[in-house]
Amino acid sequence: MKFVKNAAAGTLESNDIMVMVAANDDGGIKIELESIVEKQFGRQIRKVIQETLKKLQIDNIKIVAVDRGALDYTIKSRVVCAVYRACDTQGDYNWEVLS
Amino acid sequence: MERLRRTMMFVPGNNPGMLKDAGIYGADSLMLDLEDAVAVSEKDSARFLVYNAIKTIDYGDTEIVVRINSLDSPFGREDIEAVVRAGVDVIRLPKTETKEDILAVEAAIYQVERKIGREVGSTKMMAAIEGAAGIVNAYSIAASSKRLIGIALGAEDYVTSLKTKRYPDGMELMEARSQIVIAARAAGIYALDTVYSDVDNEEGFRKEVQLIKQLGFDGKSVINPKQIKPVHEIFSPTSQEISKSSDICRAARAALKKGIGVISLNGKMIDKPIIARAERVLQLAKAVGLYKEVIEDAE
Repeated sequence: MKFVKNAAAGTLESNDIMVMVAANDDGGIKIELESIVEKQFGRQIRKVIQETLKKLQIDNIKIVAVDRGALDYTIKSRVVCAVYRACDTQGDYNWEVLS
Repeated sequence: MERLRRTMMFVPGNNPGMLKDAGIYGADSLMLDLEDAVAVSEKDSARFLVYNAIKTIDYGDTEIVVRINSLDSPFGREDIEAVVRAGVDVIRLPKTETKEDILAVEAAIYQVERKIGREVGSTKMMAAIEGAAGIVNAYSIAASSKRLIGIALGAEDYVTSLKTKRYPDGMELMEARSQIVIAARAAGIYALDTVYSDVDNEEGFRKEVQLIKQLGFDGKSVINPKQIKPVHEIFSPTSQEISKSSDICRAARAALKKGIGVISLNGKMIDKPIIARAERVLQLAKAVGLYKEVIEDAE
């Protein structure tokens, strides 16, 4: 998938996470995380983001994530949505990868 | 035993906190909403969230229903793809007007089931009737597919289509409610009533639930956890009803054993519909844990 624009998904409401993504021209995955539970769950949140990106086969991305206590299923959903939006994909999603 | 569908709680599909907690309030079904509760700009994010919620959150025995966007919109097909893959129990169609609406969604579900190897027919459907045309066609909608488990009234759009509004006594909905129950019963499926939006008016809510129970509905859509308990209370049989029904069923069994055609209990004749009603009361009481079948001694 190819990034055509910057995009975001999610909200700043409790239990949610706002994920903003952009192409990383230098290559690689760069995650900037702000979380109310950074100390306890920062590592886990980053891990979920990394795993989701791996499933989507994305390896050149900058992510800014502002977490408000999201569970893994929410983190995964917001990352996927932001990436698809950045690639301007509307429909025909690869659900098998998301399973 | 038939499944209880006394309460179907609406949960906005793009709210992670509500999706997470929805299962703890004891509703018989949860309706995760991808349609009216989600802004057009967030249809994609809600769909991903609902997909992952169904796959991840343990909702126990609660039935999971997803209200999809109409197939006429740009979102309906992808909604079906996502929720059938996620393993949803029931897909709810909005604004159903004809049986063709049902058949079109059924065909889309079938395609996804075949593609992913999910048992064909395992995704059930229900239809919300929300306009005058849908009420006129209620029976043909209700009888259109083996996948249909029920039809529901969506009152806000319906009263608008009639050029009226909702009144506290609900007179404007009487015809539609009766048509829904009659069509559902004739087709052998469930009849579910519309939402009551004034969440703080418990007295008005209870009156409406009493009314729909009287009309024959199986349950009601609810929009707040605090509406669940009153519905379950009103739809539970009273101890007097249970005891009377138990006596009737016992007398019917005894008469059957003795080969007696006409049954009487306490001097009153009991016929088939009375026995059927008593059996239904006992089934309901058993399902809600108010009655345990006792092994009868030979009478």
